[in-house]
Amino acid sequence: MPLSTQSQGDAEQYVLVASLDNARNLSNILKAITFKDHAIFSATPNGLKVTVEDSKCLQANAFIQAEIFQEFTIRDDSVGFQVNLTVLLDCLNIFGGSTVPGVSTALRMCYKGYGYPLTLFLEEGGVVTVCKINTQEPEEPVDFEFCSTNVTNKVILLSESLKEAFSELDMTSEVLQITMSPSQPYFRLSTFGNSGNAHYDYPKDSDMMELFRCTKTQTNRYKMSLLKPSTKALALSCKVSVRTDSRGFLSLQYLVRNDDGQICFVEYFCCPDEEEQ
Amino acid sequence: MDCVVMGGNVKVLAKAIHSLSRIGDELYVEPQEDGLALRSVNSSRSAYACFLFAPLFFSRYTVHSGHTFRCKMAIKSVQAVFRSLASLEKTVEKCHIELDNQNNRLTFTLHCKHGLMKTHNLSFQDSESLQAVFDKDSYANVFRSHPRLLVDTVMHFPPSLEEVTVSVSDERMWVRNHVEEEGDQSKAMLTELCLASDEFDHFAVQAHNSVTFCLKELRGLLVFAESTGLPMSMYFDEPGSPVVLSVTDSVLEGNFVLATLSDDSNHRKKNNSRGAHTPPPPDDFMNDDIDSYLIAMDTSVAPGPSATGPPTPQLADSICSKQTAAASHRTRLHSEEEEEDKTTDSGRPLNKKFCSLFFGSVLPPSPQMSTQPVSSQQVLASDSEDDIQ
Repeated sequence: MPLSTQSQGDAEQYVLVASLDNARNLSNILKAITFKDHAIFSATPNGLKVTVEDSKCLQANAFIQAEIFQEFTIRDDSVGFQVNLTVLLDCLNIFGGSTVPGVSTALRMCYKGYGYPLTLFLEEGGVVTVCKINTQEPEEPVDFEFCSTNVTNKVILLSESLKEAFSELDMTSEVLQITMSPSQPYFRLSTFGNSGNAHYDYPKDSDMMELFRCTKTQTNRYKMSLLKPSTKALALSCKVSVRTDSRGFLSLQYLVRNDDGQICFVEYFCCPDEEEQ
Repeated sequence: MDCVVMGGNVKVLAKAIHSLSRIGDELYVEPQEDGLALRSVNSSRSAYACFLFAPLFFSRYTVHSGHTFRCKMAIKSVQAVFRSLASLEKTVEKCHIELDNQNNRLTFTLHCKHGLMKTHNLSFQDSESLQAVFDKDSYANVFRSHPRLLVDTVMHFPPSLEEVTVSVSDERMWVRNHVEEEGDQSKAMLTELCLASDEFDHFAVQAHNSVTFCLKELRGLLVFAESTGLPMSMYFDEPGSPVVLSVTDSVLEGNFVLATLSDDSNHRKKNNSRGAHTPPPPDDFMNDDIDSYLIAMDTSVAPGPSATGPPTPQLADSICSKQTAAASHRTRLHSEEEEEDKTTDSGRPLNKKFCSLFFGSVLPPSPQMSTQPVSSQQVLASDSEDDIQ
């Protein structure tokens, strides 16, 4: 394979080298968080975390573990940089992104460190393309201080049922209200639009509800415009966990299976629009 | 009101609502003793549709006797409740429609699989009763066929086509696109289909008439009829009288009433150049005489009973024909608006105008009505108490 011949010679100069036989295992999951141009990449020996933020109120993270990559070499404890995510995705799909079975784009992503561009070697059908994308100083992602000990309510739903609800949500509503309660209505999504209000209720004993752990009744509203991008992650996922903490902050965690059946995670954090207890 | 629709009927209800949305922007809801009536009308009041669902359509149907409830709401809001027809079939078990008097909302609750419940509380406005007055059983020409026949016919016309003309003889029906006389004839494409009477389940012609109406508004009903497989009936009389298309089964009845171009005999008399009307082309479709064919195409209306004939009985035909240009302003369809420029000569009536359907009872008269001089009109101001259907 042409890409591997380069690894011996210049392995020393790169702080991060990550290879994938199928670039879609990275590009598909990145599409689920592309609502802003710039993404913060943070690599540790555990794997790659890509963060996108919107106005300090919404944060999306995609986690791709080291095991997903065919090669994942990192020289420091942590490597971080910021790139234009749209450009990166364009490069990953440079061969047209066709889904002919058996044909995939191979990727080798290399980074020399601070000040250097992110280099992508992409190969398909014997054709190799080299892309160099300028990197920026990574911004510090907002710490939403969402810890599992502070979680008041948690449910895990099969994505199938939520997908339908999200596709039907009344977009004339400025907010999406989420009610979680140990009693009726258990788990409710509400919208308040031009023609009236709408509620989607999921009972705790539904077979779509894999886990139901609600300790107290909470109703929180979130800006619809902030949550809209999460539908991309929902579309890719098979399960989603919805958690709220005592402040009303929302955490959505999506379990995504890639082309090879491996598991990756996408997580969305969102601040409440107003607090209602 | 309080009613429950089960299983497959939810999809039928949804399809009816979607087809009504092709007519107008508002849905008129009127729960009656004999069933739930859902109606819609277009802005120029030249197309009207009504679906009546009998109490048997529902697994529960309760109407509060005494105060009659009538409302109208934006049809888009109701469509949003039944957004995805495919998923309706797969996931919805029942639909509960209930009037929430306290909050002034009409509540649609969809009970879906896996315990999921979708509740839509829609706001509405009180409205007057909307009922076009027509008596299809008195019309001269009646046809019935599987909707497939009409769908296949209509398929040959472009989706943008506004008006279509249907002409009949004892054994044949011709359907052709209606082309403006003033338009550029050389650029117009004329399409005509001929259907034989044996393609219909029922073909009864008493008058060899031609009627021209707007096809677009009909397409909604065609989609509904095709998906439910119910036979479609078509009724029409003379030009100017509406054409009625309906689907019926034991638990529902849908009627689409479309205004037709009126037969302007006054104009014909004044304008000799238009010539005598020729009958529809002979049965032999292989007639190579292009000239006579084009002459037949040129006439927009076929001979029918004269518009200035004796007034028809009140009960049977209460559609008004406006004979004067002044009154015709209010009956114009949006697509005809460009013709306003041509009516500079107030003495000369327009050579085409769609009639507004006559609506019975309590709709307030249009503001223009009172200011227009009205002469030689066949308006039949039926009693407001009349409840003719």
